[in-house]
Amino acid sequence: MSVSNNGYYHDGLVLRLVQFSVLWAVVAMSVGVFIAAEFLWPTLDLGQFWLSFGRLRPLHTNGVIFGFGVSALMATAFYSVQRTSHVTLFLPKLAWFCCYAWQLTVLLGGISLLAGWTSSKEYAELEWPFDIAIAVIWVCFGIVFFGTIARRRIRPIYISNWFYGGLIIVIAMLHIVNNLALPVSIGKSYSLYAGAQDAIVQWWYGHNAVGFLLTGGFLGMLYYFLPKQAEQPIWSYRLSVVAFWAFTYSYIWAGPHHLHYNAIPEWVQSLGMVMSLVLLAPSWATMINGIMTVSKAWPKLKTDPALKFIVLSLAFYGLATFEGPMMAIRSVNVVSHFTDWTIGHVHSGALGWNALVTYGTFYFLVPRLVGAELHSTRLANLHFVLALAGTLLYILSMWAAGVSQGLLWLSVDKLGELSFTFRDIMTGMKPYYALRLVAGLMFLSGTVLMAYNLFMTTRGRQPLQCAPAPVPEPWRLPESGYRTVTAKQVNA
Amino acid sequence: MNGLGLHKKLEENAGLLIFGILFVSAIGGLVQILPSLFQESLSTPMATTRVYDAVELTGRDIYIREGCHVCHSQQVRPLVAEVERYGPYSRAGEFVYDRPFLWGSKRTGPDLHRIGGKYSNRWHEVHLLDPRSVVPESIMPAYPWLAERVATAAGDIQQKMRVLRRLGHPYTDADITGAPARLEGLRELDALVAYLQMLGTGLDPAVTDEHEGH
Repeated sequence: MSVSNNGYYHDGLVLRLVQFSVLWAVVAMSVGVFIAAEFLWPTLDLGQFWLSFGRLRPLHTNGVIFGFGVSALMATAFYSVQRTSHVTLFLPKLAWFCCYAWQLTVLLGGISLLAGWTSSKEYAELEWPFDIAIAVIWVCFGIVFFGTIARRRIRPIYISNWFYGGLIIVIAMLHIVNNLALPVSIGKSYSLYAGAQDAIVQWWYGHNAVGFLLTGGFLGMLYYFLPKQAEQPIWSYRLSVVAFWAFTYSYIWAGPHHLHYNAIPEWVQSLGMVMSLVLLAPSWATMINGIMTVSKAWPKLKTDPALKFIVLSLAFYGLATFEGPMMAIRSVNVVSHFTDWTIGHVHSGALGWNALVTYGTFYFLVPRLVGAELHSTRLANLHFVLALAGTLLYILSMWAAGVSQGLLWLSVDKLGELSFTFRDIMTGMKPYYALRLVAGLMFLSGTVLMAYNLFMTTRGRQPLQCAPAPVPEPWRLPESGYRTVTAKQVNA
Repeated sequence: MNGLGLHKKLEENAGLLIFGILFVSAIGGLVQILPSLFQESLSTPMATTRVYDAVELTGRDIYIREGCHVCHSQQVRPLVAEVERYGPYSRAGEFVYDRPFLWGSKRTGPDLHRIGGKYSNRWHEVHLLDPRSVVPESIMPAYPWLAERVATAAGDIQQKMRVLRRLGHPYTDADITGAPARLEGLRELDALVAYLQMLGTGLDPAVTDEHEGH
């Protein structure tokens, strides 16, 4: 299949993926609020198996990561790879297939989780038929993405594409290795790995799904949309390059910090801890690069709600990537492990970083896609306040709960007897769980406001037709494609 | 500036970029993860650790289906307070028949690795069907449907055991042939309780005596 370079960007696909992403955000966050309420009213499931916490919790995490997150990443990857390559998408029909096949997989996968089909491995709960579907769609995503880059009209490959590329390649590797299993039936399989080895493989996956999807993928989004919104080039392109390779190299080692003091070899734990600390450097290099890029556009923050979201997301990115390495230190982890502190940490990343950078991007992107003003700047500002307050309250309540749990569980009196029963400590968590529910509700209502605002912005409008811009001379590649160019260069 | 020159090449070649990412991201896995897959101490059972029988295996898969691992860990860490609260700390050799591992990442409820034998079967049944009737402050969900479903309906037990045997679990032909009869007349509830009662009982007492001086 060959598609002409003279066509328009495939922005209808981008808009459709944004719509799916917002839909999943509302659905998955509603599930999150519901299960937060189950902590306070455990009979809320009404004795229905499909409303039981153990089944809804993976639905919440999978819905957020794969529904909301991946749809947003596909949308922004397809949008930015066309612009940074100055060509339309390679195999656009395959790209549309990725979009709908992915939504179907998330939908049916979600239903299968309610039915109790689960591998139990965190963020990889979906059973083998879905694992295969995900692998196939992911490869198609890669073909469209790298195919577009391969036929670009501009010589350099822009930094955002490296992060999206890292997302596609590394997640494929992790997903396939971690999900290797022998099927028993359509909804049940047994892992190829057992016990301690299964744990080590799972957290190599689990930690790097966070690394290359929730961090790397969204950094791709940041590196394209932050300079666009700030109308400034990246403060230091060289720093972004160095940070990319340091990030890609060191993240992959950090997984075993999820297994401190567990029954795995100590050298694996120690190596995981050290590499987690190393990871602080590329993470903060990226944050500093982002903040410095915005620093020249400070006045714009007063008027542009989209930029506000992105700048705040950078702050939470910095917070979460500092907290993570700290929690990877064994003597801190001994307190934080198994507690709600972990839940708080995950949400400072997922709400504060992933959701906010995506919201900022959507507020910027959607009006431009349809050539209209945002329906309401006031609503977007209100959303900003709700998102900030909700995220802060969520993190603070889970810190308080988690640190209490961790310290009280370990507390022994002068005679060496346990100071508190598990039951007493658990009962004491009620106020924190109530605060967390309020925080979740605030964040969710902000998201609903955004869904309404974006819906009103696009209502009755079609995506604009937008053709690739010409590339200035020193950077231009001839139409016939990249390979010919290198051949010419070699000959010369 | 030589490094930058090299990088310029990478920056303009999609194929090299793909290879570079794959190479750089694979190193950690190859050095750190791969060796542990061949470390024998992680795949050798303790002298007293045995495979799950047909009933316990069915119970374990129900435990997975209901997501018990979402709120309960199965990993006692080697810390004074944990050993006092739960019992001897967990050893790698106890988990070699766990596919998948169920160590968990969150303790909304207590750790369950040493739960086996601590409470009566009756206590577990009542607790699973109505947690607050035995622990008033509990926030655990109730699982009334476990009493209504028969254990034989929770997946093809023979197929499960055959698959696990292919993965190296020492099931005999007699184990597999006799499996359906073992499940006959049991509810899902009974299978789950059987699993809970054998949890953590595979620990070799000789090892704990040596290490913890009991």
